[in-house]
Amino acid sequence: MKYLRWLVIIPYFCLATLPLCWLFLTSLKTQEAAISPTASLIPTTAENTAPGGLSFSATLDAYRKLATPHTGKAHAFFHYLFNSVIIGLLSTLASVVLGTGCAYGFSRFRIAGARDWLFFILSTRFLPPLAVVVPVLMMYRAFDLPNTHLGLILLYTAFNLSLAVWLMKGFIDEIPRAYEEAALVDGYSPLQAFYKIILPHSATGMAVTAVFCLISAWNEYGFALALNNAEAVTVPVYFAGLQGNIQGIPWPQIAAGVLIFVVPIVSFTVLVRNHLLRGVTFGTIKQ
Amino acid sequence: MNDPFLKIDNLSKNYGETQALSEISLSLHAEELLVILGPTGAGKTTLLRIIAGLETADAGRIAVKGADITHQLPAERDIALVFQNFSLYPNKTVRQNLEFPLQAPGRNLSKEDIANRIAHSADLLRITPLLDRPATRLSGGEMQRVAIGRAIVRQPQLFLLDEPLTNLDAKLREVLRVELIRLQRDLGTPMIYVTHDRIEALSMGDRIAVLSEGKILQIGSPEEIYQQPNSPTVARQLGYPPINTIDVHKRRGQWSTASNHPIMTADHNAPSNATLGIRAENISPRGGEIPATIEVVEDLGASTILLADWAGQPIQILTSGEQPWHIGDEIYPSIDPDRVLVWGTTDEQG
Repeated sequence: MKYLRWLVIIPYFCLATLPLCWLFLTSLKTQEAAISPTASLIPTTAENTAPGGLSFSATLDAYRKLATPHTGKAHAFFHYLFNSVIIGLLSTLASVVLGTGCAYGFSRFRIAGARDWLFFILSTRFLPPLAVVVPVLMMYRAFDLPNTHLGLILLYTAFNLSLAVWLMKGFIDEIPRAYEEAALVDGYSPLQAFYKIILPHSATGMAVTAVFCLISAWNEYGFALALNNAEAVTVPVYFAGLQGNIQGIPWPQIAAGVLIFVVPIVSFTVLVRNHLLRGVTFGTIKQ
Repeated sequence: MNDPFLKIDNLSKNYGETQALSEISLSLHAEELLVILGPTGAGKTTLLRIIAGLETADAGRIAVKGADITHQLPAERDIALVFQNFSLYPNKTVRQNLEFPLQAPGRNLSKEDIANRIAHSADLLRITPLLDRPATRLSGGEMQRVAIGRAIVRQPQLFLLDEPLTNLDAKLREVLRVELIRLQRDLGTPMIYVTHDRIEALSMGDRIAVLSEGKILQIGSPEEIYQQPNSPTVARQLGYPPINTIDVHKRRGQWSTASNHPIMTADHNAPSNATLGIRAENISPRGGEIPATIEVVEDLGASTILLADWAGQPIQILTSGEQPWHIGDEIYPSIDPDRVLVWGTTDEQG
């Protein structure tokens, strides 16, 4: 049984990390080495290596080039990364805050037609997002929202809110009412009880919700592409736009950029991993 | 005497179609311990929650020291409620659990005051060594002490306890019962104690209010409730084994059962139909005329409970444990006529 476990884990680990390893290697290469038909796998510090050999001379050029605007682009990579960070963080924050408030309401108060409302909220996810690109674009035009950060933040919040409400409702439902009632009897107002009791107890749920919302906003491509051509372009759209470049596709820079793009989301997930693990098993253990 | 400490008038509460409480009126005097006794689902917890302010009544009025508190928020009432399931905050230590009510806005206590009160209460409940433990790492008895501690640190004007001992094992229940009585006497704070346990009710209450299906059936001292219950329902709430209730009619000066067996002499002015309440200790297995067959023998050591079929009427008899009784034995039960409770029923059948 023990060995069988490793027999599954190791191949899966290799499979999952292979693209990342490949990205890392590519990011160290020159454009020529990157598009060479033979795969060179071993980075060396040697100045000159034989073309087509197993080893290649590693360089940080690709990372350096990220700081300067690419041919035909208005800004350097970090400008687009900054867009992604702003849009990702603010839409996640908005989703979690609104989702928690909304879920608290559904969980604790008698709301006429609560079930129908919840179903309606969920139903906003039934349509494939790309099906509403055109109407959204037309709406946004009317409000001057294309090419703005606010536009994407609103859109991602709207899309993630259904997930946030449902996830948070599950978590808040699990918090016994008795805790809040004890706080009420202890001399706290309902709002204070929410701050003092509900919020600390739903931290796990908020972490889980934040991870999902951030990942979905961070990686979103379709709307980011359709609603932008200049100011609020995010990293996925920026990279895709490098295709068809007159100098060919700059693979080493893309690899370097992608690694930098992946780091925040990985570190965020690692930071909240304890909450995530608890979150995934939440509700299976009744106290 | 002056006004009662707490006065409840005509309190009613419905949940949809079901009536949880119906025109409850009762009063509580200063320093009094009132037990509300009733079976599960009688509305006991609802009543406490309405007094605490966690639920609002559909009708009625609650007043403390003459001031109407019916529409106040729980926080404004200065009433402590101890929940049946303890409800300690699981992410806090015992000390933080005790501090929490003292840190409530509007209480404005200095750090010193808070520390003193916690030390005093912890001492009183003997939980001082537990103060820095997480609330989740306590035994049931310890949790309940802390829950009671969280109520008494506040020095509230009224304590409400909702079956606080129900979730504990029997031995601990006895110990804590005695401690609670002592605590209430020491603090002198009035207390409403809700339970379905007749022993707790009899041993703790200055007065007992019997609640059933949302109505108060009788309020009185434990002696009154035990000796002069005003209905079979009240009588069934107290005493073990449960009281025997036998439906009878008057026939030739005798109370006769449905199968026309005369079991005892009836008063001249008694109604023609009645329910007799006879506690198990007031029936003797010998000395009667109508035979009964023993069906179950429950040996309690010092005494024995016999369940017998007495001419179609199941009865329980509490007798001394000296004689060996066997299932199938024939006995001749006799009733102590001075200790029989008679509740008249309507005379419809003549």
